[in-house]
Amino acid sequence: MSKHLNLTLHVWRQKNANCDGKFVEYPAENVSPDMSFLEMLDIVNEGLIRKGEDPIAFDHDCREGICGTCSMVINGRPHGPKERTTTCQLHMRSFKDGESITLEPWRAEAFPVLKDLMVDRGALDRIIAAGGFISVPTSSPQDANALPIRKEDAELSMDAAACIGCGACVAACPNASAMLFVSAKISQLALLPQGQPERYTRVRDMVAQMDAEQFGTCTNHGECEIACPKGIKMENIARMNRDYIKASLTYRPATFGGGAG
Amino acid sequence: MSVAEQSIAGAEARGHGFMASSVGRKVVMAATGIVLFGFVTVHMIGNTQAYMGAETFNAYAKFLQGMLHGGGIWIFRAVLLTATGLHIWAAVTLTLDNRAARPLGYRAEQYIASTWASRTMRWSGVILAVFIVYHLMHLTIGNVHPAFDHTNPYSNFVKGFQVPAAAGFYIVAQLCLGLHMWHGVWSVTQTLGLAHPRYDSLRRTFATGLTFLVVGVNISYPIAVLTGFIH
Amino acid sequence: MELNSRIPDGPIEQKWDKHKFDLKLVNPANKRKYKVLVVGSGLAGGAAAASLAELGYEVECFCYQDSPRRAHSIAAQGGINAAKNYHNDGDSVRRLFYDTVKGGDFRAREANVHRLAEVSNNIIDQCVAQGVPFAREYGGLLDNRSFGGAQVSRTFYARGQTGQQLLLGAYQALERQIGLGAVKMFPRHEMLEVIVVDGVAKGIVTRNMVTGQVESHVADAVCLATGGYGNVFYLSTNAKGCNGTAIWRAYKKGAAFANPCYTQIHPTCIPVTGDHQSKLTLMSESLRNDGRIWVPKRKEDTGKPASQIAEEDRDYYLERKYPSYGNLAPRDISSRAAKQACDEGRGIGGTGRGVYLDFEDSIKRLGQNKIEERYGNLFEMYERITDENPYKTPMRIYPASHYTMGGLWVDYDLMSTIPGLFVLGEANFSDHGANRLGASALMQGLADGYFVIPYTIGGYLASIKPGSRIKVDDPAVKATEQSVSEQINRLFSIQGKQTPDYFHRELGKVMWEYSGMGRTEAGLKKALELIPQIREEFWHNLRLPGSGEEVNQSLEMAGRVADFLEIGELLCLDALNRRESCGAHFREEWQTGDGEAVRDDENFCHVAAWEYKGDGSAPVRHTEALTFESLHLATRNYK
Repeated sequence: MSKHLNLTLHVWRQKNANCDGKFVEYPAENVSPDMSFLEMLDIVNEGLIRKGEDPIAFDHDCREGICGTCSMVINGRPHGPKERTTTCQLHMRSFKDGESITLEPWRAEAFPVLKDLMVDRGALDRIIAAGGFISVPTSSPQDANALPIRKEDAELSMDAAACIGCGACVAACPNASAMLFVSAKISQLALLPQGQPERYTRVRDMVAQMDAEQFGTCTNHGECEIACPKGIKMENIARMNRDYIKASLTYRPATFGGGAG
Repeated sequence: MSVAEQSIAGAEARGHGFMASSVGRKVVMAATGIVLFGFVTVHMIGNTQAYMGAETFNAYAKFLQGMLHGGGIWIFRAVLLTATGLHIWAAVTLTLDNRAARPLGYRAEQYIASTWASRTMRWSGVILAVFIVYHLMHLTIGNVHPAFDHTNPYSNFVKGFQVPAAAGFYIVAQLCLGLHMWHGVWSVTQTLGLAHPRYDSLRRTFATGLTFLVVGVNISYPIAVLTGFIH
Repeated sequence: MELNSRIPDGPIEQKWDKHKFDLKLVNPANKRKYKVLVVGSGLAGGAAAASLAELGYEVECFCYQDSPRRAHSIAAQGGINAAKNYHNDGDSVRRLFYDTVKGGDFRAREANVHRLAEVSNNIIDQCVAQGVPFAREYGGLLDNRSFGGAQVSRTFYARGQTGQQLLLGAYQALERQIGLGAVKMFPRHEMLEVIVVDGVAKGIVTRNMVTGQVESHVADAVCLATGGYGNVFYLSTNAKGCNGTAIWRAYKKGAAFANPCYTQIHPTCIPVTGDHQSKLTLMSESLRNDGRIWVPKRKEDTGKPASQIAEEDRDYYLERKYPSYGNLAPRDISSRAAKQACDEGRGIGGTGRGVYLDFEDSIKRLGQNKIEERYGNLFEMYERITDENPYKTPMRIYPASHYTMGGLWVDYDLMSTIPGLFVLGEANFSDHGANRLGASALMQGLADGYFVIPYTIGGYLASIKPGSRIKVDDPAVKATEQSVSEQINRLFSIQGKQTPDYFHRELGKVMWEYSGMGRTEAGLKKALELIPQIREEFWHNLRLPGSGEEVNQSLEMAGRVADFLEIGELLCLDALNRRESCGAHFREEWQTGDGEAVRDDENFCHVAAWEYKGDGSAPVRHTEALTFESLHLATRNYK
């Protein structure tokens, strides 16, 4: 296990959103199998800085698989070869000595490359801003236990809520669709009684924003589900579709006007 | 760019209607898919009468043409044409959107979950569209048929498939139909939201079963003709 | 410098109510005329930005991450405390208040902690209404678990992802306000300076981390919610990007820094594997509900696999030393006990710096399914990192830097010694004293953001004339902006040989060695010699690639490390001056025969708040006396 690895990296380098990019080859030598993937890149980068070269830019933060910042496609797989694992949790023991590793950014029209492997995922925030919430201002709402929720529903809701918003689903989808991400939030809230009042406006608003951001459309490949580091299920997409159909069938424009107090 | 600099408007404010939305067009695709798969299935069942001889088969053809004093078949055709049109419209627009959503692909592309069938839907679809036109010209209009006889569909059927090239194209098209159906039938349930973990394996089994049944029976016709089982 | 805590009069149970009534209000039509900047988008910042925008203030929110949803609050695993007493086990606001003050080793402000305990219940109500999927029982009611330092079950949780779920709740509330245009969000913006004019906070200077542009933002009040400075140890459970820059720049502009030596070392983290390590991963404290901590009784056994060490040869040292709290002893105590065991040569794992956290008994008692239901994702995470299956072999854990109780000094209104500069969450010093109990950080962050600042900031803003805010092209603003650009240029001009990470690691080694779990006068003095040397080398031998006008992660890191190199020094100075052991601050000179901390209430029952006196001058230590009117100042006892 303690044998060190020598690897060749083929890394997508792109100065900024307005420049073209290209692949550049870097050696990664003497890599411990106990290192995380990002620690391996740290060391490559430190070597580049010392040589006076530009280090590889990549997004990362918590390094424990929960913040959803890290994002790179490793040998064609978002977050690399291990299932239910983010890039920061991927360890070098998953690679063989002498292996070539291709590193690319999330590729989608909705995620412009900022530099190298770093992309702008603001589109996902804007989808949440369009409706991914329950409109409850800070106040003193009713006691938390006044609203019993079936344990099964709470668990299912939590399954969907586990999404870390990393965008791997978009990166993995051959159509660059964000439907797994969008449907996870829609499902989380649709499964809870608190989410009911806005359930059908929410799904319409979020889908509208998703489309405006130029994500592709689900064609039921299932790549997103396999790539998702948190195991979010495609069942959520079905639930979103169901709610969207119902929302569209029963939609009527608002008719109420303001009243003088 | 800060988030606030980009507009966030609700569906209503955007005038983002069902038919313009991604999910809406998927639903159109699924609903018309049901119509088309339904037709294909009924068509396959009806055609099994070829195994019962010329008389039965021709009588069946006559019955179809005489439905509702001859209007039935036109209603059928109108529904099918509309469904096909919508299906193709949804497919084309969604495909273009999907292409635009990823202008630059991966160098090290690697798929795991998706199937060959799912990734080739647009190609199996195109082949099917071409086939449908040919199939109509072959056995309905008859202008590409070697010996078309309006009054004898059974003979058209047999003589048509006695040409190996025609039979071969028919078989290829049926295999495309198989791919299209296998992913499509399962997809329909997903798109229409008919998913529940309890029935997930059932959805797959249903798609596989229906595909094998329709494609298997359909392919048996040219084979039966070529081998002389039907003559 | 005057440290006026502005604690309201009256009995402790009525202080907050009375104060809320006494605070001046801003009339609804005037609220939109006031602009508030919120720096940080975690539990405290996100909650504050959303709540203030709901009230009608014009809000701008900043975060260095690419999205407000990524703030490190997201990594909190175990849970959030509240005094709901849903389990009929004798909990109450007073008990939560008492446990928190006691957990903090009587070094926190009574009034603040009581307010925290009071609003804890509102937080749960608010979060449930937002759709946070807390764990539930079959009857549909909320479930609770136990946490260290408490003998009641008052911790609400969402699997091992409570921080994530609470943060997403706040994030969604924030995004809602962004969608409504009430909050303007600035992701990938790092705050590099506070604009202080005539002693009052008027805005901030940020660097756009994509374009490199240095920009000023002016406002009527500034809220810092930028988290703690735990990364001063280099290896910590904090995110790579967590930094002390915002609070440090505020300190250098006149905000007092309180109790910098109160840094918490979390007992249950995955041990270090080698020099390449960039961070440490926490294993939730909640695991101690069902896991038993032990080391071999004899040194000779440390090399053996755990399964070959017989029950009678195992030392369940927490259960032995603290029979009533056992494995749920508070964090500082558990960490120190682990260190002691390893110092005695009984540590396990390759480095000898590790102890076992064993689930064998619980799996036997409850079945693997139950354990999986409770901690499945944590077990998975552990296996992913270590390649060991914790259902079969016990986890190996070791303490790691986790949380900083110290931070900018604030009064009861959460305002620092710079008027108009408010400090929320981990960035302030207020509620945890010398040690924070598990599941209290989430509580404090959300309390500050949702239920304290919306009231207290109104009291401040009501005293300012609406529309009187400084212009962005004011010479004072431009001068501050200029100083930021100069600092960036200075970093680029060094052109040395070493990377920012190198200096950070060097600092971390010194901090961990001399100012970690055990501190001595000699060690701290040594650290105070070494840190300036590293800093000196940093400013002569740093190498930065590229330029400041583009994405430059090395520049970002260098700026943070430059500040850590100063924070570390103040931390050690504070530790040296606090000649007692209290909570997480353990001075080896002050301990009982069996290694328990010895407090010196006569001389150190106070907050130490440091005032910056310029580079090259020693900072001045001020004190705010802590008085205990409602609780009796007592020695902590978890035996």
